[in-house]
Amino acid sequence: MIPAALGVAFLVLPLVGLVIRAPWSAIGPALAEPEIGQALRLSLVSATLATLVSIVLGVPIAWVLARSQARGRSLLRALVTVPLVLPPVVGGVALFLVLGRQGIVGSWLDEAFGITIPFTSTAVVIAETFVAMPFLVISVEGALRAADARFEDVAATLGADRWTTFRRVTLPMVAPGIAAGAVLCWARALGEFGATITFAGNFPGTTQTMPLAVYLALQRDPEAAIVLSLVLLAVSLATLLLLRDRWLGRAGVGVGS
Amino acid sequence: MRILRPLVGAVLAVGLVAGCGGSSDEAEVDPSASARGLSGTLTVFAAASLTDVFTGLGNQLMADNPDLDVRFNFAGSSALATQLTQGAPVDVFASANQAQMTVVTDAGLEDGDPTVFTENVLEIAVPADNPGDVTGLADFADPDLTLAICAAAVPCGAAAVQVFEAAGITAAPDTEEEDVRAALTKVQLGEVDAALVYASDVQSAGSGVMGIDLPEADAAVNEYPVCVLADAPNPAAARAFVDLVLSDAGREALAAAGFRAPSS
Repeated sequence: MIPAALGVAFLVLPLVGLVIRAPWSAIGPALAEPEIGQALRLSLVSATLATLVSIVLGVPIAWVLARSQARGRSLLRALVTVPLVLPPVVGGVALFLVLGRQGIVGSWLDEAFGITIPFTSTAVVIAETFVAMPFLVISVEGALRAADARFEDVAATLGADRWTTFRRVTLPMVAPGIAAGAVLCWARALGEFGATITFAGNFPGTTQTMPLAVYLALQRDPEAAIVLSLVLLAVSLATLLLLRDRWLGRAGVGVGS
Repeated sequence: MRILRPLVGAVLAVGLVAGCGGSSDEAEVDPSASARGLSGTLTVFAAASLTDVFTGLGNQLMADNPDLDVRFNFAGSSALATQLTQGAPVDVFASANQAQMTVVTDAGLEDGDPTVFTENVLEIAVPADNPGDVTGLADFADPDLTLAICAAAVPCGAAAVQVFEAAGITAAPDTEEEDVRAALTKVQLGEVDAALVYASDVQSAGSGVMGIDLPEADAAVNEYPVCVLADAPNPAAARAFVDLVLSDAGREALAAAGFRAPSS
C-alpha cells in the first residue's frame, strides 16, 4: 500500500502544484480568446484523427506481431516501437526526410501532384500518428496474445474465412485492448509537441495545437501557460472519463467476467 | 558486505587516481599563471548563441592560466537570468538582450554596470540554392513562398515584428518557430524558402545556408551585455574573462562568428 501511495503522490503532486499556482480568475478570459479555442479544437480533432489512423493501420500490425509465425517478427516489433524511444524532435526531422518537399516521398508528391505536406494540419495528424501509434500497437498486441487463438481456429474449421474470423471472433475478444490502446494513443497524440512543432511548424489556426500554445505562452507569461495547461488537462480528463464510462458499460457486457 | 567490497575497492581506486592527478598538476606550476594569479574555477553563464565564441575564449584563458578551470552554462538568456535570481553561484553573466540583463540588475546581483560587448541583427537565411529566389525582406509578404519566422514570444520573433513594422511589410509566414535554431533547421533541411534569423546563426550554419543582408535590420538591434556578479566566487578571474571578451581578440572572435561591434 505504501509504495502505491508514494506512486500516486509522485504522479498527482505536480498536478496539485499546477492547480495551486493557477490564476483561476484568468481561466474564463483565456477560454474566450479565439486563439485558444482554435488551438483546443485543432488539438482535439487532430488527436482523434491520429487515433483513427492508428487503429486502421495499427491493429493489423498488432495482429501480424501476435499471430504470424514469420521470422522477422522481433525485428518488426523493434522497428514499430522505434518512435517510442526516438526523441520526438528527431522524429519530426525524420518525417521531413520522407515527406518534406525535399523528402524521398514528399518531393515526388510535390512534382506529381503539387502536394506539400509540411506546415499543414495534415502534417499535425501525421506527426501525432507517428509518435502515438506504437502505444496502440503494443496494447493491442498484448490483448491478442492474451486472447485464446483456438477460438479463431474453431471459427476457421467451421468455414469462416480469415476476414470473417477476424471481424466476428478476434475483434470482439480484443475490443477492450483496442479501447485501452486507443485511449493511450489519443492521450499521447493530444500531448504531442516535438514532432509536431518540427514537422508541422507552428501557425495559429492551422498547426498550433495546445501543447505548442502552452510552450510559447511559457516564453512570455508562465501564468498564462499554466492556465492553458489546465484547460487542456480538464478537457482531456473529461473526455477520457466520459469514454471510460461508456466502454466499461459495454466491456462489462461483452467480457462478462 | 560481499556486494559492498568491490564497490569500496572501486571508490578507493578512483580516489587514488584522482589523488595522483592532483599532485602531478600541482607539480607543473606555470610561471605565467602565478604571475596572473588566476586559479580555481570560473563559472560563466552565457546566452546559447555565444557557445562557440565563449568556448574559444575560455580555452584561451585556461591556456594562459593552467590552474584555472573555466566552466560554462550556455542556455536561453531568460533561463539563465531565472537561475541567477534563484541564487546560482556564478562569476560572469552574458545575456543575449538587455531585457534579461535588467532582470539580473533589478535584483541587484551585478558588480558594476553591465557593458554591451557585441550586437546581433536579423538576416535572411535561405537554402544554399535559394529555391524561392528570395532577394529581400519584401519577399516575406509573398504567400506562395514557404517562410519561417520566430514566434513573437521569443526574442528573434519580437525583433522580426519590429523589422516588419519599420519596413511596412505584412509578413505571410507559414510557421512561427519556437526558437531561432528551429527556424534555421528548416532552412538547412530545405523545407522553407527563407527564414528570418540572426546573422550569427547564418554564420554558424555553414555552407548549406546562405545569408542575405537586411538593411532594415537596424530597426531591431540586439545588444549583448556582460557583467561580473556581486557574489562572484572568483572575481579576479571574472574580470579577466570580461576583459578578454572586450579585448581586440574577443572582438575578432565575435566578428568571425557573425556578430558585429557595438555601435555605441
